[in-house]
Amino acid sequence: MAQGDTRMGIVQHLPKFIKQWPGGGLAIASIDMVMNYSRKSSLWPMTFGLACCAIEMMAANASRYDFDRFGIIPRPSPRQSDVMIVAGTVCTKMAPFVVKLYHQMPEPRYVLAMGSCAISGGIFYHGSYSVVKGVDKIIPVDIYIPGCPPRPEALFEGFMKLQEKIMNESIANPELKLVPENPDLGPHYAIEEYVEPLPSENNAGDAK
Amino acid sequence: MLTQYSFIAVFGIVAFSFVIIGLALVAIFAPSNPYPLKRSTYECGAEAVGSSWIQYNVRYYMFTLLFIVFDVETVFFFPWARIYKSLASFGIPVFYGFIEGFVFMLILILGLIYAWRKGILEWV
Repeated sequence: MAQGDTRMGIVQHLPKFIKQWPGGGLAIASIDMVMNYSRKSSLWPMTFGLACCAIEMMAANASRYDFDRFGIIPRPSPRQSDVMIVAGTVCTKMAPFVVKLYHQMPEPRYVLAMGSCAISGGIFYHGSYSVVKGVDKIIPVDIYIPGCPPRPEALFEGFMKLQEKIMNESIANPELKLVPENPDLGPHYAIEEYVEPLPSENNAGDAK
Repeated sequence: MLTQYSFIAVFGIVAFSFVIIGLALVAIFAPSNPYPLKRSTYECGAEAVGSSWIQYNVRYYMFTLLFIVFDVETVFFFPWARIYKSLASFGIPVFYGFIEGFVFMLILILGLIYAWRKGILEWV
């Protein structure tokens, strides 16, 4: 069975029939509201702490910032989680793990790229041969949280944005994300292809 | 008597419907999109290698057995220690209660000595 052959729940087949009735759109909107509200109110993140961002993520889940009060409970298994927080630097060796764990999460699944490294490679953008330059190269990212590392408040801002995004979803046009099962990082993640050259000292002098 | 047992039937029905309602809600609301990679074994992202049927050393079994015996002994000693002082109010001599507890402990200690003689406590 391939990734795209979706057997949706019964509710996903409803729009086809309800839409033709008078007031069908209203019914779909109501169902959407209930479903989206319940989804956004219990976002269970799979904690993917890869670097120093993980410390901020732990602080966010612990007593001082207490994400538990928003229904955000960290889960150690992809089977029980809705959102993956990629917190930290994704090395090329870690990339297949990230992709596999993403695939093992149940739909609907979301990804938060936390911190500069997960967004773009961060300080490893120039000259590093072993770091994935942005986790969106291998899995679809919903929310980018800037910072190095972002404070727990910033992480919660990201969660609020994700909640906004979830509230705008509809069962009438479910978003099906088709993701390659093997990350294509090129042969040995070739430096010439992926890394922009460092600005040399001469160029920097010209700019001044 | 029979009406008292009917409570168990009510509990059974509630428990059964709890499971059925849960499964029905999942069938109605949850998107289902299984594919081989998603259904693969969860091992923190790593490839699962080999079978989960592996052999453990039998010594672990012996240690576990001994542990369980003395674990249960502790559990039995708690109620004994709780009522030990109040034995006199039941008309039983306190020393009699002490003997009872001591005999119980002695039987288990004999078992421990037996295991010791057999060399189970030594990790060769």
